[in-house]
Amino acid sequence: MDSPRISYNDFPEQDEKRKRLVLDNGSKIAVVGSGPAGSFFSYYLLDMAERLGLDIYVDIYEPRDFSHTAPKGCNMCGGIVSETLVQTLAADGINLPPTVVQRGIDSYYMHMDVGDVRIETPLKEKRIGAVTRGSGPRDIKEIKWESFDGYLQKLATAKGANLINERVTTVSFNQGRPRIKTRHGSSRTYDMLAVAVGVNSPVLNLFNGLDIGYHSPETTKTFICEYYLGSETIEKYLGSSMHVFLLNIPRLEFAAIIPKGDYATVCMLGENIDDDLVKAFLDSPEVRATMPLGWQAEKRSCWCFPRINVKGAQQPYSDRIVFIGDCGVTRLYKDGIGAAYRTAKAAASTAIFQGISIDDFRQYYMPACKTINSDNAIGKLSFFFTSQIQKYRFARRGLLKMTIEEQDLKGSKRCMSTVLWDMFTGSAPYRDIFLSTLHPAFLSGFLKNIASSLGRE
Amino acid sequence: MTEGALGRVYQDGEVIIYQGEVGNCMYIIQEGQVEVFVEKEGQEIRLELLGEGEIVGEMAIFENEVRSATVRASGQARLLTVDKRNFLRRVHEDPSLAYRIVQSMSHRIREMNKEVARLKWAGNQ
Repeated sequence: MDSPRISYNDFPEQDEKRKRLVLDNGSKIAVVGSGPAGSFFSYYLLDMAERLGLDIYVDIYEPRDFSHTAPKGCNMCGGIVSETLVQTLAADGINLPPTVVQRGIDSYYMHMDVGDVRIETPLKEKRIGAVTRGSGPRDIKEIKWESFDGYLQKLATAKGANLINERVTTVSFNQGRPRIKTRHGSSRTYDMLAVAVGVNSPVLNLFNGLDIGYHSPETTKTFICEYYLGSETIEKYLGSSMHVFLLNIPRLEFAAIIPKGDYATVCMLGENIDDDLVKAFLDSPEVRATMPLGWQAEKRSCWCFPRINVKGAQQPYSDRIVFIGDCGVTRLYKDGIGAAYRTAKAAASTAIFQGISIDDFRQYYMPACKTINSDNAIGKLSFFFTSQIQKYRFARRGLLKMTIEEQDLKGSKRCMSTVLWDMFTGSAPYRDIFLSTLHPAFLSGFLKNIASSLGRE
Repeated sequence: MTEGALGRVYQDGEVIIYQGEVGNCMYIIQEGQVEVFVEKEGQEIRLELLGEGEIVGEMAIFENEVRSATVRASGQARLLTVDKRNFLRRVHEDPSLAYRIVQSMSHRIREMNKEVARLKWAGNQ
């Protein structure tokens, strides 16, 4: 397809203006934040520039050292690399090694008060990666696995990005170009700035006052904690399955236990998560039955109440500036790393192949954000339905019965299992999941099982 | 550290792809090697040996044809499956994702050209 740049040839003034807002040989780009979004952006920007023979310079500003244990190197996240992202990265030449992936996930257990069911991946293959974003919890004795964020950062620096281990304290504009000042007083002006900071970072506040139309995302509180269990105990009790809990606990939307190397990570989503809600979940019989004998809920290795993005930022772009990952638009509740990959790559390809003006980002970057935003709207609806199922015992029984009965069927006939798998692992867009629930086979099967459960109740 | 090894492990000689079957995925070699061969008149003709990071079975993604060759593990090998539907949906959203496959196919065509030239040259002697 022809680039719209050609049409500007008829309008020299606009063409001249546009020429100033493209990356060229010698262009300098700053990336603030080196979580997955910042590292993916730097990696792909340099990769695409290399394909075009474009010589650009990328500086990544990241004060944290991911080789440190929490909280110095942590990015406060459940640490799941979805099935879709594992495949996409592999097709894109990034094969996640077992030195980074602490446990390959091949199945999940759904735990409810009415019973449990195990659902396997269609190909019985380990296609989901459980990772830690930093180098592990604060009480870790031996670092056996590499930090996921550290691994991606190394990919970016191996491509040629320059890592600056300093905290950004001021962002301003110098003759229309972004200028970065760090805590140590160094100040540099760039041709472009990619902002890839998390929603929990105070650095994000620097951008709300820039008068570029950007407003940071709406957030909600989550709970994440780590338990040291040891590799053998994890293998014995949790295996290579993600454990998902659909419990009728007020304010609890979703909870999961993710087995990793020597630790298990507990993730909770819900309304105003606090210590009481955490206690109610961890003390539930379903959690007690899942964890090893003698496990004590209060003996946590590390925990936090990080905020997550639940409504995308307003105008995550301007001339020479783009917001990617969590500080821009991300996926509701699931696959935040996948959303970081998608927005980072969309921003990198816009900057390299189209330009870095506000119009370029609006035309070529924003569609990727809009796709995620509109999918999130359907996601909200899907989570609402899930919460209704959580509330009613007969609905939970119907769901369990249908899922158990499906396990002996072929992949394509396992309607409920597929919907639940995609919903809980973040493997498919919410739109696809929602459409699957409208399939006559799904509806008739679910209604039949609900009716049967109602009869038994 | 095998807990984090993604994909599936195939033992030496285990067949991953059968020539003539319908395929709906491709594989990316995570560890080890696989050999690609075609069967002709009861004989196996080895086409190539592929290693870590290489893609195999990618033609099934782009063509609705049966598998053109058999692929089996040469020694223990670990491969990750990439589903056709998932992959094509992502390519539709991000066409640059196909770049590495095009690059790999381009490399194979170059190697095939060399082989065709060598065979023609040998036939003319």
